[in-house]
Parts: sequence; structure tokens; C-alpha cells
Amino acid sequence: MKKSKFSLLLILTLVFSLILSACSGGDDNAGDEKPDGDAKTGDETSSVPQELRMLDSSAIPTMDTVLAEGSTSFTYINNVGEGLYRLDQNHKPVPALSDGEPKISDDNLVYTFTLIDSKWSNGEPVTAHDFVFAWQRAIDPKTASPYGPYMMGGKIKGAEAITEAGSKEEAYDVTTLGVKALDDKTLEVTLEKPIAYWQDLFAFPTFYPQNQKFVEEKGDKFASNAENLLYNGPFVMETWESTDAEEWVLTKNPNYHSADKVKLEKITVNVVKDSNSAVNAFEAGETDMTGLLSSDLVPAYDGDERMLSWMEATVFWIKMNQKNEALANVNIRKAIAMGFNKDDLAASILNNGSVAANYFVPKDFVTLDGEDFREKNGDLIVFNAEEAKKYWETGLKELGVDKLELRYLGGDTEAAKKTDSYIKNQLETNLPGLTINLESVPFAIRLDRDNAMDYDLQFAGWGPDYGNALSFTDLWITNGGSNRMGYTNKKYDQLIKDAQGKLATDEKAQWEAQQEAERIMLEEDAGLAPVYQRAANILLNPNVKGLAIYNYGPDYSFQWVTIEGEE
Amino acid sequence: MAKYLSKRVLYMFLTLFIIASLTFFLMKIIPGTPFASANKLSPAQLEIMKAKYGLDQPVPVQYAKYLGNLLQGDLGISFQFNNRSVTDMIIGRLGPSMQLGAQAMILGTIVGILLGIFAALRQNTWVDYSSTFIAVLGKSIPNFVFAGLLQYYVGVKLGWFPVLFWRGFEYTILPTIALSMLPIAIAARFMRTEMIEVLGSDYIMLAKAKGASFFEIAFKHALRNALIPLVTVLGPLAIALMTGSLVIEKIFAIPGLGEQFVTSITLNDYPVIMGTTLLFAALFVVIILVVDILYGVIDPRIRLSGGNK
Repeated sequence: MKKSKFSLLLILTLVFSLILSACSGGDDNAGDEKPDGDAKTGDETSSVPQELRMLDSSAIPTMDTVLAEGSTSFTYINNVGEGLYRLDQNHKPVPALSDGEPKISDDNLVYTFTLIDSKWSNGEPVTAHDFVFAWQRAIDPKTASPYGPYMMGGKIKGAEAITEAGSKEEAYDVTTLGVKALDDKTLEVTLEKPIAYWQDLFAFPTFYPQNQKFVEEKGDKFASNAENLLYNGPFVMETWESTDAEEWVLTKNPNYHSADKVKLEKITVNVVKDSNSAVNAFEAGETDMTGLLSSDLVPAYDGDERMLSWMEATVFWIKMNQKNEALANVNIRKAIAMGFNKDDLAASILNNGSVAANYFVPKDFVTLDGEDFREKNGDLIVFNAEEAKKYWETGLKELGVDKLELRYLGGDTEAAKKTDSYIKNQLETNLPGLTINLESVPFAIRLDRDNAMDYDLQFAGWGPDYGNALSFTDLWITNGGSNRMGYTNKKYDQLIKDAQGKLATDEKAQWEAQQEAERIMLEEDAGLAPVYQRAANILLNPNVKGLAIYNYGPDYSFQWVTIEGEE
Repeated sequence: MAKYLSKRVLYMFLTLFIIASLTFFLMKIIPGTPFASANKLSPAQLEIMKAKYGLDQPVPVQYAKYLGNLLQGDLGISFQFNNRSVTDMIIGRLGPSMQLGAQAMILGTIVGILLGIFAALRQNTWVDYSSTFIAVLGKSIPNFVFAGLLQYYVGVKLGWFPVLFWRGFEYTILPTIALSMLPIAIAARFMRTEMIEVLGSDYIMLAKAKGASFFEIAFKHALRNALIPLVTVLGPLAIALMTGSLVIEKIFAIPGLGEQFVTSITLNDYPVIMGTTLLFAALFVVIILVVDILYGVIDPRIRLSGGNK
């Protein structure tokens, strides 16, 4: 005992500090010069710095336009890049790199675009070859782009054949894709069939150009951080260390062709996954804009001018697997679709501005001559406990049973479990003899089981990728890639086929065909049980003006944002 | 000692090999897709995606490749974050997690030990009661509650410290305090019990009779013996703290390992899950060894000779 001269505490401390010093070496102490303390009191000078500090709920998985598949990637790609078209402040696609509207062939299949003068951030011009390179890269099976074949298949000529060949490991030729550079300034695109929403398609980040020399030079490093990226949009990435970085900074791109219209100088983004923390940061004046609020926080800001709320074009529904004998029965399906109170669900369980959905093409999504898609079709399948019970009893009689047990596949988050329990309770109460077994699984597993059609009922949702009702209506065609519930109706298929093909150039007829299809699917067949349309809420400093919010592709555009001074 | 150590190190590698294999096969059994937009992909496209990540090959081939890469120190590429190497991801995120964990551990142990000692020395007085009260609070209230309270009252209301992020020492204070509540509670409870026992033992009586001072008795004689069981408990706790606290990292927006690990599990990002599991396992076996060695340092009666009786 005498030997020990060292305090034991010292030993412990030594061990910990060794580990500490070994590990903290790589820690970046990026000098933060933001006047955090001062920001709270607002603007100090009359000339307001055009800087936006915002929070996002996820890191940017990739900035490679060809590999991007989520709204976070699309949002920042859209703000540092540009394609033939761009969504404007009113969510409409307008020519961007395309010099006005293209020349369109008589059969509406060949589009010839002339490009405006624009530059990459390394000074090189953006040419038609850059589009050809990017699109071919996006469809090349070697690239394994998730969105390339999804956005091009059946739309751009030759896309589907390349994907098919790639999956069978057969030879393919990406130059057979319907995109050609006639010269540096002229791009020719050939479609598989006429497409009603072609402008939307060409505004989508998957169709942005890429500089071949730069991409090939960078190899695997391309788009992995700010240094390995080129920009041709309103902003450039000043700092972005890696794809899992939790902080990045965008600054105004002086080389952007419309740079004079961009007022915002700097955007600092931080990842905050916890909604409560985001609100705390907002209240402490550390940020001007939060990510989407979780629904429990929304009521607290009801009526507060700092909360910005809007209806997303995302609808949630219960898919009914029609390979299941009971669910193949239309009366059983109608009973389920009508058997739960969606208004109560939206008002008391969700309580965030979301509304009951009696449809699957959302409202506030597409309009024709100022009229919303929903105005004509309205509510197609509404809650009615008595009716539901009648359908239920008829259905049971037809099946020759007096009770039914169904598996219900749902999410594993707290919010999902609440919604699913509510629906289970409602259905079991309103439809006597029904037993629902909830199976709460993580999202990745739900996707897998959806693929394998391993469920009876499944709570799922869909957000569109382009601004046409087809992004919802074509989900349910027989054997459609996203159908995966065995719904089939020849009349429905025909209407959608027409809307995708021969009616593509007649907006009104195309629109009406889809409305009829939606009516058949829900009113006649109850092929799906719509639940609710989701509302989105963020906290935004009232001094921030001009934020464009989109309901497909990118979430936001900062191109028109200005920061005003406080009164 | 050298023999003992080499044997232990050998076992460590064996353990890691078994864990690596188990994790790999578990990953294959667990259902789910690693592709985020799987519901939008056609079967042909899914085939292409699987081929890209080598998931189309037979499991034994995948296993052999995985072990081969592992031996070369290559943990693979994340499925979720394009072209991001798992090794880089882990290295980038280990720093904040370790720093936070170590700070919480140091603060927690020091405060805890002091609380425990004073409680034992002043048994059944208000000092004892308040120390026990703090220990009960720390043990029974989850750290995210402390985190939320600290963030709101100290960060937002009082504005003393930054509410979020990881940009310098002042940003680490609130999360460190929140995370240290558990080690404070554990250390205090252990210390108190052990100290009371030690203080009643003969050699302390002797020391007292010899006229040793209060300070000498407490810190020189009693503390040493009371520390042994504490080291046993704190070893694994240190791992838990340093490999990242999911909740604390999420609440304070700290780019650490814990949160990343959980996200990778929900997204079936296999390479990240396996890489992180291996790292946790490696840290764990190393700390267990360190704890065993520490026993010998703290109490020379424990000999690390291994096996030869």
C-alpha cells in the first residue's frame, strides 16, 4: 500500500484523458463566426445581411444528379444545378437552360431544344453533350441509378430496353437512348410516346446535365464533397465535407445566368433530426427555419405567424391485397374503406393540419385552368359506419364465413403505431367479426414485404415525382410496378393507357380520363382505402420572404428568397 | 504477465471474428431491403441494384469477400451515403462521440465518487440524504429528460450555452452534463456502499487508532479498496457512453456514432451496421482487458498470471 504514490483517481483520469486525446484529434473545430448571441436581438444594421440559417432533418446522401433518389438530395441539387426546365415560384416548370420552348415534331415524340449560354462553375460552357452524357449515365445499368430507369423507363425512347438487358446481364448500348446532341447548343430528345407532363420531367434533377470530363476525372470522388462538384445553378456549395456531413454552406453563384435576380448571399444548413431540438434552436434565435415539425409540436404554434403550413401532395392509404380471398371481395373492401372515421383520425390523432382523404389524387396538387383536380371528383369514398356494416355483412355472406382475421402491416414509429391502433380499433368496432393483427415493422422491411405482397392490409403512402395526376393514377394499372396489391380493372387500365398515350396532348381529355379512372377505382371497386392527405409545418422567421415550396422533386427553392429587416 | 496478455489478445481476435461472422449472417436473415426507393423500382432495376452491391451473389461468396475485405481493413461503402467509405464515416463520427462520452465519464465519475465518499463519511446526515437523492434521480430519470430540460431552461431561456450543434467546447457542456447523470448516480451509489464497508474494516480502525487524518483515511486507505468494484461497473458503462448516446446525440444534433448506428439499422445499410458493430465489439474487448489490468494496479493482491495454479 505504501508503494502507491499515485492517486487512484489520477490513474482513472489518465486512462480517460488518453482515450480522449487519442480521439479528439480529428475533431473539426470549424471556427464559427456567426454572431449567435447577437442574432437573437435581430438585425443590428439597416442593411440586412442576405443570409439564411436553416435546419434540415437529414444529411445529403448524394449530390450526383444521376444517383439521387430522395427529396434532400433533390432540394440541394436543384439549388446548385439546373436543367432544361426549372420549377418557378408558382410550382410551374418554365424554360431554364432551354432557350424558350423546344421544337416539337408533329407526332409529339421528338423534342429539339436550343440551349441558352450558361457556364459551369469551372468556366466551361454547358453544352448539349453534357445532357447526353448525364442521361446515358443515368440509364446505364453499370451506374445502378435508382431514379434513372424509374424516370426514363417507358418515357424516353430505348430506356426500358437498356434496363431489361442490364438486369439479364445481356449486352446493351446506352447510345440507343433517345437523346442526341445535334451540336453544342442543340439537344434532341425522342420520347417513347407523347407525354403530357414532359416539362415536369425535364425540370427533374435526374435530367440535369453533367460535365463528362469533370465526372470522369473525379471518378468515385465525383459529387462526394464540395470540391468534387460542378455547379450551374443559382448557388454553389462553399462547404460540404462529405455525404454524411451534418453542416453545409451554399453561397450565391456569380456565374449563374440569372445571378442578378438572386438576392440571397449565403445559406447555412445544419442537420437536426429531433423536432423538439429544432424548435428550441428556433426559439433561441439560432436558426431562421426549422425542418418539418413533428405533429405533437404543431398545436402549440397554432395561429402563430412564424409557423408556415401547407398541404403536401402526399396521400396515405391502406393497400388491400386482392390476392387474399376475402379482400378480393368488393363488399369486404368497401366495408373496410368506409369503416373508419378519417376526420377524427386527422383531427385528434394527427392534429397537424392533415385532412381526411376520400380520394387518392391529392388536392392542391394539379389544376387545369385554375380548377383543382378534386373539384369535379370530390369525395369518392367516405366514412359511413352503417353502410360499411351492410357491405361487411353482404361480403361475409358471399364468402360463407362469419368472421375474418387480417394481418395489417404498418410502420414502427410511435406516430405510425398510434394511427394503426386507431384504425384497428375503428374497424373492429364497426365491422363485427373482424380481427386485425397489427404488424409494426421498420420501413425497409415494409418495402420488402410490399414487394413480395406479403400482407393483407398495408398502411402506405405516396408522394408524386411530377406534376400530373398520372403520378398517382398510373400506380394502379394491372401489374403496374407499384400496384403490388393485385388490383385489376380493364376499364381502369384503358383509361390510364389513354391518358398516358393518345390523350397526352389533349389536357382536358387526359384529365377527365383520369378523373373517371379514379372514380372507378374508389367508388366502384374500393380498390384502396384512402386515409389522409398530409400537411406540412415548419417554423420560419417572418423576415424570410420568397421561399418556394414544392410538392414533388425538391422540397424548396431559395432562388427568390430575400431577408427583410425587422420593423 | 506477457503470456497472460498474449493469450488475452488472441482471445480478443477470436471474439471479434465470431462477432463479425454472427453479424454478417444475422444481417442476411433479417428481412428488408437496403434500397430506399424500392417501392419505385421495377424488378429489373432491383436486380441491377443488387448486382451493384454484390447482393446477388451466393451468401458464402459474400461472406468470403466480406472477411477478405475486413482483413485488409476495408469495411466497405455505405449504401445510404453514396461512395462514402464506412471507415471514413466511423472515423469522422468517433471523435465527437468519444469526446462527449469521455467528458461525461470523467465528470460523472469524479462527481459521483465525491458524492459517494461524502455520503459514506457523513452517513445519515443531510449530506448523505442529498447524495442519495441525486443518485436516485440520475438512475431513474432517463438522460433525454435532463437533456430536454437543460436545452430548454439553460439553453433557450437563460441563453448560457448554445442549444445545439458541435462547434467548440461550449457546445459540449450541456450534452456532457445530461450524459453524466447516469455515471454520477452509479458511482455515487457504489462508492457509498463500498466506503461504508471499508470504513468499518479493521485496517481503517487501525489507521484511525494510529492517528491518521480524516483525509488520509478517506482518500488514501478507503478509496483504493472501494474503487475495485466501481471499476468493474464503469468499464462497460464507459463503452456505452463513448460509442455514442443515441438520444443525446440526436437532441443536441451531435454528428456522432450512436445516432448514425441506429439510422443505419432502420435503413438496412449493411456495411455501416457491420462496421459499427465491429468497432463497438473491439472497444468492448479492449476495455474489458484494461479493466482487468486496472484491477492489478488498484489492488496488487490480484495477480494477472493466468491459468497456472
